[in-house]
Amino acid sequence: MVVLTIPVNQGLGNDSLIKISTKKYTMANTYYDAADLRKFGKITDWSEELGTKFFDYYGKVFEEGALSAREKSLIALAVAHVVKCPYCIDAYTKDGLQKGITKEEMMEAVHAGAAIESGATLVHGVQMMNKYNKLSM
Amino acid sequence: MVTKSLHARHDELAETNKQLKILNGGIFAEGELPYFKDKIGNTGHFPLKPKKLEILQINVGYMCNQICEHCHVDAGPDRKEIMTRETMQLCLEVIRNTGAHTLDLTGGAPEMNPNFRWFVEEAAKAGIQDFIVRSNLTIIRANGKYRDLPEFFKKHNVHVVSSMPHYTKGKTDKQRGDGVFDKSIKALQDLNAIGYGLPNSDLQLDLVYNPSGAFLPGDQVAMENDFKKALKEDFDIQFHNLFAITNLPIARFLDYLIASENYEDYMYALVEAYNPSAVENVMCTNTISVSWDGWLYDCDFNQMLDLKVTSKINHIKDYNEDILNDRNIIISQHCYGCTAGAGSSCQGSVT
Repeated sequence: MVVLTIPVNQGLGNDSLIKISTKKYTMANTYYDAADLRKFGKITDWSEELGTKFFDYYGKVFEEGALSAREKSLIALAVAHVVKCPYCIDAYTKDGLQKGITKEEMMEAVHAGAAIESGATLVHGVQMMNKYNKLSM
Repeated sequence: MVTKSLHARHDELAETNKQLKILNGGIFAEGELPYFKDKIGNTGHFPLKPKKLEILQINVGYMCNQICEHCHVDAGPDRKEIMTRETMQLCLEVIRNTGAHTLDLTGGAPEMNPNFRWFVEEAAKAGIQDFIVRSNLTIIRANGKYRDLPEFFKKHNVHVVSSMPHYTKGKTDKQRGDGVFDKSIKALQDLNAIGYGLPNSDLQLDLVYNPSGAFLPGDQVAMENDFKKALKEDFDIQFHNLFAITNLPIARFLDYLIASENYEDYMYALVEAYNPSAVENVMCTNTISVSWDGWLYDCDFNQMLDLKVTSKINHIKDYNEDILNDRNIIISQHCYGCTAGAGSSCQGSVT
């Protein structure tokens, strides 16, 4: 059985730990590194126009509008779970805390996302039923 | 849950030079993040200089009835640093002659200083425009001898500023200790009952929100609306303004950041949120902070790092506003806490 471990290299003054994590968890060994979230903005380095347009759009979307920034943060958190993006989950859990959103509100948002996702699976059951009936005498 | 100050635990972070070593080292020394000096230099703000003095903030002692996890003062019942009556006399001389329009008493729990009431009575006579006492609320309910504090504050037209990390019990108690939420609610109701915090009341009651964890405060206006709605609906409590204050990475909050392995991410978040327009109004440019033993500092945070003002006037006994105002403000990486987002000060956001 393979156990996946997230590298812990945030410690201060613990050089041995940092060395171990650097050596052991290179890019080849892990797809997700929490520290990569900080580097998100760097995608612009390789395509400035598209990157800049994306971040302008992104920033605008989450501004206060017909929906409050608080409501949008909860929607983002729910979607983050549905698309299973660990970076987005980290980012919007933190964003929710910053906006004073409670853990109960956050969990309800996750359930809202999960319900839609499971509903999306289950509603295909109708297709299965249709097909079943069509093929059956 | 923290039960003793870093000082009482003889923790190495009780030493200010150890804290400064961390703030000056690591990700900053390695060049991952820019030093605050270089960051403000890019926008022409170095050296940081004072503007007109507006606020005289006096810390009357580090003793407190609470031991909050995030406390930048490392305050607690075990701290014995208390301002003496003699030092208060020196402060009163300054209060009577200062050009500052605001007097701001803080601690610890300032009310635990045995000369607190005498000092407030004398200071109130100076007729300063805005007289703030930072009260943690639970002190009012802590002991019978403090029960009449709301009336005492009212008598001297004191502007009460109180900490309230959240409008829910769980978050408040986690940061500030079990039972703090219920006591704070009761104390706010006591203050409301005599007119504090009511719309159109001159008895000013403001709340301080600071995040209960390794994240930055959200928009101050949105948070104020959330707090007002929740406290009114759930407890029929009213208040005037909410000040959203960023936790600075010093003392117990620094200890928490390191122990929870959040230090680097938090410093990244502060640096990323750097706002040059907040630098224009950081509180060290309009405040002088006085310690329990009379030394002068650029702000309460520099006081806790024992970074005394760089001026030939550095003690209340020699106080001279003109000479003091011609100084360079001491900065380090903790200062990113006051320039992040909408900025942060003891009066809340600064932009």
